[in-house]
Amino acid sequence: MGPTLDYLALAPELALVATLMAVLTADIVLPHAQKYWTAVLSVLGLTVTALPILFLLLSDEGTRTMLDGSYVVDDFALILKGLFVAAGYIVVLMSVSYIESDRYYQGEYYFLLLASILGSVVMASARDLILLFVGLELVSGPLFLLAGWRKGDVKSNEASLKFYLLGVLSAAILLYGMSFLYGLTGTVDFNGIREASAGLSHTPAFIMAVLFVMVGFAFKISAVPFHFWAPDTYEGAPTPVTAYMSVSSKAAGFVGMLIVTYVAFPGASNIWGPALWIMAALTMTVGNLTALRQTNIVRLLAYSSIAQAGFMLVPFAVAGVSSDPAAVAGAFGATVTYIAIYTFMNLGAFAVVIAGARYTRSGDIDKWAGLASYQPGVALFGLIFFLSLAGIPPLAGWYAKLVMFSAAIGGGSVWTAVLAVIAAVNAVIAFYYYARVVKAMWFDPVPDGHVAGKPEQSRSLQLALVITMVFVIGAGIYPPISAYFGDTVASIVGGG
Amino acid sequence: MELLDNGTVLSLITFLPLVGALVVGLIPRAQEEAYKWAALITALVVGVLSVVVVFVFDYGDSARFQFGADLSWIESIGSSFHIGVDGISLPMLVLSAVITILAIIYSWDHWEEPRNPKAFLILMLLLETGMNGTFVALDLILFFIFFELVLLPMYFMIGIWGDKTPRTIAMFNLTTETRLYASIKFFLFTLFGSAFMLLSFLGLYFSSGDAGARTFDIPKLIEMAPHLSALPIAGWLFAGMFLGFAVKVPMWPFHTWLPDAHTAAPTVGSVLLAAILLKLGSYGFIRIALPILPEQAMQWAPTIAILAVIGIIYGSLACLAQTDMKRLIAFSSVGHMGFVMLGISTMTEAGINAAIIGMVAHGVITGMLFFVAGSMHHRYHTRDMARLGGNATMMPKMGFILGFIAMASLGLPGLAGFWGEFMALLGAFRPAAGLPVGLFQAAMVTGAVGTILTAGYLLWMLQKVNLGEPNEEWSGHEFHDVDKFEMAAWVPLLLATVAIGVYPKLVLGSTNGAVKELVSTILENLA
Repeated sequence: MGPTLDYLALAPELALVATLMAVLTADIVLPHAQKYWTAVLSVLGLTVTALPILFLLLSDEGTRTMLDGSYVVDDFALILKGLFVAAGYIVVLMSVSYIESDRYYQGEYYFLLLASILGSVVMASARDLILLFVGLELVSGPLFLLAGWRKGDVKSNEASLKFYLLGVLSAAILLYGMSFLYGLTGTVDFNGIREASAGLSHTPAFIMAVLFVMVGFAFKISAVPFHFWAPDTYEGAPTPVTAYMSVSSKAAGFVGMLIVTYVAFPGASNIWGPALWIMAALTMTVGNLTALRQTNIVRLLAYSSIAQAGFMLVPFAVAGVSSDPAAVAGAFGATVTYIAIYTFMNLGAFAVVIAGARYTRSGDIDKWAGLASYQPGVALFGLIFFLSLAGIPPLAGWYAKLVMFSAAIGGGSVWTAVLAVIAAVNAVIAFYYYARVVKAMWFDPVPDGHVAGKPEQSRSLQLALVITMVFVIGAGIYPPISAYFGDTVASIVGGG
Repeated sequence: MELLDNGTVLSLITFLPLVGALVVGLIPRAQEEAYKWAALITALVVGVLSVVVVFVFDYGDSARFQFGADLSWIESIGSSFHIGVDGISLPMLVLSAVITILAIIYSWDHWEEPRNPKAFLILMLLLETGMNGTFVALDLILFFIFFELVLLPMYFMIGIWGDKTPRTIAMFNLTTETRLYASIKFFLFTLFGSAFMLLSFLGLYFSSGDAGARTFDIPKLIEMAPHLSALPIAGWLFAGMFLGFAVKVPMWPFHTWLPDAHTAAPTVGSVLLAAILLKLGSYGFIRIALPILPEQAMQWAPTIAILAVIGIIYGSLACLAQTDMKRLIAFSSVGHMGFVMLGISTMTEAGINAAIIGMVAHGVITGMLFFVAGSMHHRYHTRDMARLGGNATMMPKMGFILGFIAMASLGLPGLAGFWGEFMALLGAFRPAAGLPVGLFQAAMVTGAVGTILTAGYLLWMLQKVNLGEPNEEWSGHEFHDVDKFEMAAWVPLLLATVAIGVYPKLVLGSTNGAVKELVSTILENLA
């Protein structure tokens, strides 16, 4: 007898699979001039996918479990699935005019993007090593191709190659660590690993296994010192793909890290706690200091996203040292809240980069000078998203910073307080480079000889900008919106 | 009355400017008159509401937070929308409401390049929301939000409308426009301080859990003061808050952003910065740092007093070295805020009353000085005092006003500036029990020397700018004297200077009861 499937719980995945099949079919059937239907199908499909997620989230029926506990649909999974679908939706909106202007392979683009989204949706539910790994690779695989989308561009080829090589390396490391885990505990199931590893936390093989798994994920979230691929890949890839990588594929890495640390081996916090403390401090500091020197807006956002990952890692370090379950649950919620807010503000920032680059015709920050004088609308969006990334109230980013600081201070030990101080100094440094973009757009005069492009306005890009802006302002002024993410997911840690 | 219950009036005072900013934003750019009036009417309505509060306020019970509300806001972290005014915040709130009105009137046809009155008015109104909100907030997170909210509008005011002369920064070997350097410096300094302040607020929140429930509520935290100040980390918590507030005041040696920001800012920006923004820091000390961590406040008091006195002397000496009139006034702020901080550090009724009346007086007087400096720059196109001589013959009314307000600034008895300095020194003569009397008396003597230096540089400025014969380069120039907008903006400030000087009870009547209660709470919690 085969496994029993809960079709309602699987509805989001099924809807996504149906969508990507439909996109693939449409791409084959449709004549070239009508390929834009693939984009329309993707948007519709993602909208349909969101419905069962919302239904399950609101119906409050509790956790649904399948495949002997390997596939779990709980509040944490649903919140992240919702986030991944929303991010995918916004990325599709950002992509439409960008990809259309290249005039080729539209269908494959959306197919690959949807496949990657499917991977992240699967990951959110995965509660064993194999499913987690499959999900993670399904997220990354399509991105290897998407990063090299601009075939004629050497930088895009470099982006793809670097991303591929390091992606494969990290997968190998992750898998190696996982094989150790399986060998030591005899199970791939996270609950099983947690129970079986109770007495193992000081054996060298187990320590190595945990560290390998951590390093594998650290590549995915581009934490320092495993971040070297990110800036080059981000710069070379098409901007919507970069936006997707900096948000969804990073968030997917974090999902893996969250599940593994909090669910699979919370008992091994003596191993990953200090490791992640160091990684958080390094990631914030190196990311920020390097961002200071960037002159290209996409590279700046690349290093900014590295630094932001450092802020997201801060609560992990707290969970590593704190024995207070409330503080640990708070830390877990803080990371998820941060990811949720970061998703919207970073996508918004990239949407501004796409919108603005049509006028400035360059990614050079100096060429963005005076944007406000001829395109005040785009400059205003830029102001909102970049300041939100900097954490200036009343934009949503401040609340992300607040919960992060709050988790760190709530950790109640000297070490977490020190990390909070490092984070505070970093928040100030970060403001400087975000402000540089704002300064260029608002304070500086238009550079000599600049001829502004007169592009058509893309409706879908405008929609992406408006959606992200509404969230960033709304969640900033009324933080319970963002607090909802943290509070809802915290139950999976609090409940054990 | 509906308006006065449930925090309605205070919410309106805080958020109407935000609504006004939106309205101004929606009016098309061509209709300049329309959005100017929209902005002015908003500010006037806020002003009227604050006057209503002044008249309905129960001065017999000025330690109680009145017109308040406590609504749930971010439940998951126990932060609520808790607002209210007491006798300490009331004068600050009125000052903020009035100065904003006057700033809009003054701006009416004094737009600095690159003009764009619409954007400037929006920023002014946003700034007012931040300032008023800080003075009514009774929740640490709410306070933090408003405290930060003022940064952005001021950053833009300095960055867009600020001084465009090039300036070389030796430290970075970089030449840039003054406005760009000053705006980012202003922002980074304040952000640095407030980041640590936020960490301290969070520390208080988690520590309050042991004494009841975790809370960001200021009155509740004050009740827990004995517990909180006994914590081993209390010293660090105070240090974090000290950093946040001291940068904002600014106290020596955190003051270096101030001369740059003030000199670079457009006239109205300087006025608002001097009159209100600096007070957010000293207000924070009185409202939050002192009562919540009284023990640490006592330990830090001598340090604060020493830094305050250094600020007084340093500010005055720096003034004597300036050639730029606006920069001189900026440095005078360092000195005057030194007196405010000296008053606070004595932890006495006299000292804290002195601080508040000093804050109001500095707001009125230094705001006025920046107005005059701005108007003179507008006419002469220079702030170099060596070129400005003989202003009183060129523009008699302007000269008179400058002379008058400089007298007020140097603390002439009978004008507003006198009380803050005098009472702060008085407080230092007999500081709170437990503080080193000798040190404070030495501070008093040094502060008194500071008043002489203050008189010195202000008279020196008057001599250079107002007296003597006009510089030859101006012969043949006709300068129009004070115009009607300037008059309308300045007369209320001049009247306030006299009124507070002659009848300080205008401010002290409101503050005294609240300060008495505050000091006795602090002393009780110490025991």
